[in-house]
Amino acid sequence: MTGENLIIFGIVVLLLPLLSFVINIFFGKKIGNKSGIVATSILGLVLILSSIVFYFKVFTSFGSKIVHKNNILWEFSDKILQLKFTWIDQQSIQLKVGIGIDNLAAIMLVVVALISFLVHLFSIEYMAGDPRYSRYFAYLGLFTFSMNGIVLANNFLFMYVFWELVGISSYLLIGFWYEKKSASDAGKKAFLVNRVGDLGFFIGIMILYFSYGTLLFDDIFSAIAQGKLPFDSETVLTLAGIFVFCGAIGKSAQFPLHVWLPDAMEGPTPVSALIHAATMVAAGVYLTARVYAMFTASALSFIASIGAITAFLAATIALTQVDFKRVLAYSTVSQLGYMIMSLGVGAYTMGFFHLVTHAWFKAALFLGSGSVIHAMHHAAHHLGDHHTDPQDIRNMGGLRRTMPWTYRTFLFVTLAICGVPLTSGFLSKDGILAGTLAYAQLTGGWHWLIPIAGFASAGLTAFYMFRLLIISFHGEPKTDVAKHTKENNWIILLPLFVLSILSFWFFYSPNPLDAHQGWFPKAIVQPKSVVPDEHQWEFLLINGYQKSEVAPHSSQISHHYLNEFEEAMHHSHYPAMFLSLLIAGTGILFAFLFYQFKIFNPDTLANQFSFLYKLSFRKWYFDEIYNATVVAFTVGFSKVSALFDLKVIDGIVNGSAWITRHFGYFIGHFDNIVIDGLVNLIANATGFFGSIVRYLQTGRVQTYVAFAVTGLVLLIYFLL
Amino acid sequence: MQSSLGFPILTWIVFLPIIGMLLVLLVPLGKDERSREVSHIIMRWITVVITFIQLVLAVVIYLNYNKSLPGVNDVSTFQFVERVTWINANFPIIGQIKIEYFLGIDGLSVPMVLLTAIVCFVAVFPSFIIEKGVKGYFAMYLLLDTGMMGVFVALDFFLFYVFWELMLLPMYFLIGIWGGPRKEYAAIKFFIYTLVGSVFMLLVMIGLYYSVGSFSILDMMNPNNYKPDSIFAGMHTTIRYIAFMALFIGFAIKVPSVPFHTWLPDAHVEAPTPISVILAGILLKMGTYGMIRIAFPIFPDAVGYFQSLIAWVGMISIIYGALCALGQHKVGQRDFKKLIAYSSVSHMGYVVLGLASMRPEGISGAIFQMFNHGTITSMLFMIVGVIYDRAHTRGLDEFGGLANKMPVYTGIMMVAFFAAIGLPGLSGFISEAMVFLGAFNTYPYLTIASGLGIILGAAYMLWTLQKVFFGKLPDRWNKPWDPTGKKFPSDDLIAREYVALVPLALIIIYLGIYPNPMLSLMNTSVNYFVEFMKPFVLIGNFLSGM
Repeated sequence: MTGENLIIFGIVVLLLPLLSFVINIFFGKKIGNKSGIVATSILGLVLILSSIVFYFKVFTSFGSKIVHKNNILWEFSDKILQLKFTWIDQQSIQLKVGIGIDNLAAIMLVVVALISFLVHLFSIEYMAGDPRYSRYFAYLGLFTFSMNGIVLANNFLFMYVFWELVGISSYLLIGFWYEKKSASDAGKKAFLVNRVGDLGFFIGIMILYFSYGTLLFDDIFSAIAQGKLPFDSETVLTLAGIFVFCGAIGKSAQFPLHVWLPDAMEGPTPVSALIHAATMVAAGVYLTARVYAMFTASALSFIASIGAITAFLAATIALTQVDFKRVLAYSTVSQLGYMIMSLGVGAYTMGFFHLVTHAWFKAALFLGSGSVIHAMHHAAHHLGDHHTDPQDIRNMGGLRRTMPWTYRTFLFVTLAICGVPLTSGFLSKDGILAGTLAYAQLTGGWHWLIPIAGFASAGLTAFYMFRLLIISFHGEPKTDVAKHTKENNWIILLPLFVLSILSFWFFYSPNPLDAHQGWFPKAIVQPKSVVPDEHQWEFLLINGYQKSEVAPHSSQISHHYLNEFEEAMHHSHYPAMFLSLLIAGTGILFAFLFYQFKIFNPDTLANQFSFLYKLSFRKWYFDEIYNATVVAFTVGFSKVSALFDLKVIDGIVNGSAWITRHFGYFIGHFDNIVIDGLVNLIANATGFFGSIVRYLQTGRVQTYVAFAVTGLVLLIYFLL
Repeated sequence: MQSSLGFPILTWIVFLPIIGMLLVLLVPLGKDERSREVSHIIMRWITVVITFIQLVLAVVIYLNYNKSLPGVNDVSTFQFVERVTWINANFPIIGQIKIEYFLGIDGLSVPMVLLTAIVCFVAVFPSFIIEKGVKGYFAMYLLLDTGMMGVFVALDFFLFYVFWELMLLPMYFLIGIWGGPRKEYAAIKFFIYTLVGSVFMLLVMIGLYYSVGSFSILDMMNPNNYKPDSIFAGMHTTIRYIAFMALFIGFAIKVPSVPFHTWLPDAHVEAPTPISVILAGILLKMGTYGMIRIAFPIFPDAVGYFQSLIAWVGMISIIYGALCALGQHKVGQRDFKKLIAYSSVSHMGYVVLGLASMRPEGISGAIFQMFNHGTITSMLFMIVGVIYDRAHTRGLDEFGGLANKMPVYTGIMMVAFFAAIGLPGLSGFISEAMVFLGAFNTYPYLTIASGLGIILGAAYMLWTLQKVFFGKLPDRWNKPWDPTGKKFPSDDLIAREYVALVPLALIIIYLGIYPNPMLSLMNTSVNYFVEFMKPFVLIGNFLSGM
């Protein structure tokens, strides 16, 4: 497999879902029920090609080569295979773009392709009978296309372009059932909140374009590495990093822009699994990892803090939610916070690793919830019950018996998200927590809050996940609907199995307790920062560490550390593992004590700490606060503007017209009375004299002769 | 350079509609209902054919246009030039008056010529709905076409002025006769507002003539042509600054920039759909075109002096226009058309901001934005027209769930809406991004502030989308639009609506994916323009203390 072929495979992987979109949007009505199968087959092909790309990129070597042909520059190296070409080629503006496949992209391609394929498959059954069945698959195709674009972009322009396109597909899919106002509201909210983050992203891009005149990652990074800073200022470089990261805050639902993701659960559940759990929301993490080399120490601290706040905040909210999907949504927000936090503290590999493991188990959790909701919905339909909310966990219970396979897979992936050993979640979460510990040790001070938030969230996660599991699956059915649920067919169960199996440790590391022995840390190595040394963390400097014999392909990685951080992380591994197991175990234990054995009553506790309970249940009042401030201000201001325009500006216009008109009337009257009066006066006077004189005009010859003679006499008299 | 096409193509493209107008006027109106209907059909198709030929001519121009020649102030690099003396007379007191029939195009005008031809062609189809005074309507429509096309190809200031005024008259009647309930008010407002701008322009034009001794715009751009001791002689004089502001305001009225914009919402609300399309699609561009063709290069010193003011005007138009558009959901008649009208104010603000940047990216972006706004907003107004023709109302609150009743319409609408929001992959994104990239160079903070316009733009568009297209269909629209099936055989789009909307959608998508064909047209001229302006602008900046 040559590098060129691999890139072409990448392009095919990018474009095939677009084909699915085109087919379903234009011919959807014609192919009708088959559109699901068509789209799923296309995605199957995408999955195969992605796997090939993944295998060859990660496990084989390509050597270095640069080929230039047909105005396209192909660059192959062990790090990245990429092509670059000029998209907008003008003297006034030149924008080079291209696509690149490095290990990060190759792994991400498989994640997107597999989950997208499974979700397509799942949806064939889940969406059956929907009036806009083919439209649904069209949107899924559009989404997969855009997401692959983000993955393959090797420049900010494509990144931004596809960034917006996933935003649109997310908008369309959240509001897929647009007859419901809540659904179209949620779509609108998602898009607008993301736009706020995207504006920041775009400002970051403008700063970089202004400074470097290019948008290719390579070019920008090498320019920074040569010491060229935007506006010659380290602060602006930090700001540029933070602005770009704003995009991630929006897309990955980080504090303070996390509010859109829980509402996004209005979309069909498989969409939640694909877009709002596994892939699109991880795009922010992916972006942060992609441009990791340009973050200064200050920018990384900012990122770590945002991640830690998000992880903790969302975990506290998830504790009290009663909507099945909303619990999972807040859990997603929390886990995304983990990933962001991990990148921020310097545990780059683990942050991305968690993205991958989380993608599998969170997709499984959502598809599991989809399975439950589908069953509840059908049971309610069967019973003719239109009042029972099929998503409210208080209406469930006892599903363990009616839906055994859904339960088993759900249980296993719940263990994975809680970070129980033998699961992939343990490997990645443990790595992140070790990273935060190492970070706090190396930096000290308030940075200790970050591991504290991390560990606290781990405990909360274990608690709320088991709360969800116990309330909905254990005990006795709380409603007739729950009693009459039936296990779904294989189309729905198969994705659950596949994703659950992928959550076993052995895919990633032979040692269930240590991720560092697996292939993943070798494939994903923290990129060398391009920021001037004095502006990055000393402990992250790859060349700054004494024992730094970089050996990416060595099996004895444990003796060679990339940098001081990695060593500290290695040493924190066991304390972190011990602590996280203890905390997660406690969380699970309490969940059982509360909800299974009912030794403590959650309601009494809620009453005792009603303020905290309400704070959690009302999601820290974020929506209320935003509605009362930003939204109210904007809407109010727009109203004032519209009124101002109508009354004041247009008022001035109409006022001046009025004045002109009345001045015109005045002039008119003046004209009529005074000037015309004068004219008429003269005319009248003339007329008056005329009327007098006219008595002389008798019309009789004798009179005229008399006048003539008189005149003549007078003339002679005067002249002589 | 004269192009070897062998015939005066610019004259043809400008005056062809006049021929069409005469043909329309010659069509006899039948006595009875039936023959009257036949003559209406003939008149419509005459207009279709004439505007189509005009479009073909525009494509011929596009294909034969040499992209490496800059134009701007150099007559030898203008293309398809036609230059004869039109009026040359010696008058008592005022002296010699020499006016030329001087046409030619460069990279600044070619996109506008194309846009005019495209929009004039597609806007004929929504005109089919006109039932009253069909003859007068199409005659006026074609006269308007000539006026607009003339503005974009004239290189003699007097001739430019003649075309500018020529356009005014048919527009006045088209709004005033075929408009909505407050048509007289809107038409007079439009007329007087533009006339105020024209007066400014006229005064400056006369001053320039006496300073330069020629009406040629190109002569006016060369400081050496100014007679010593004439009023506009020298650079950076107060009188030149005043003259520039007069021209700028005259053109800003047309754009329209805040605070000279209030004629636009009224004109749009009252104008019939196709006239709204032309108004937003072409007429507004005459304002920004006037800036870049006349005001800026003739008074480059003043551009430098007032540069930040111009950028502020752009920024305020972007944000204020967007806020007013958003406010339409809560205030006033909640008119769909009024909302789109305000969105035009906002989107034309990007053009002004891009021009103010005086950077190649920014100015290319601005001209590209003029073109894109022309296509996108034309679509938006036709989209409003589609439901207005059927439901006879445009209230934002009166609809809902149209997505189910009219799926194809909704799909096409989404292309236009998302293009207006600036979605990548559609043309609006590229021009807005270029404007931002250019303006960021010159005015980083103003540009960041203007970025709020992107968020507000998404807000009012998505809000509209939700109100009109999503949700449940109100019961009153449950029946077919036209139970007889004569006018609207299906609930969704009909053939002539496809013909009008689909080409625009394709242009928007094509230029969004591959903008080079349009950008390369203007590229050489824009770079030349920026280089030509630069020294004056720098001194102007210095003098203004920026």
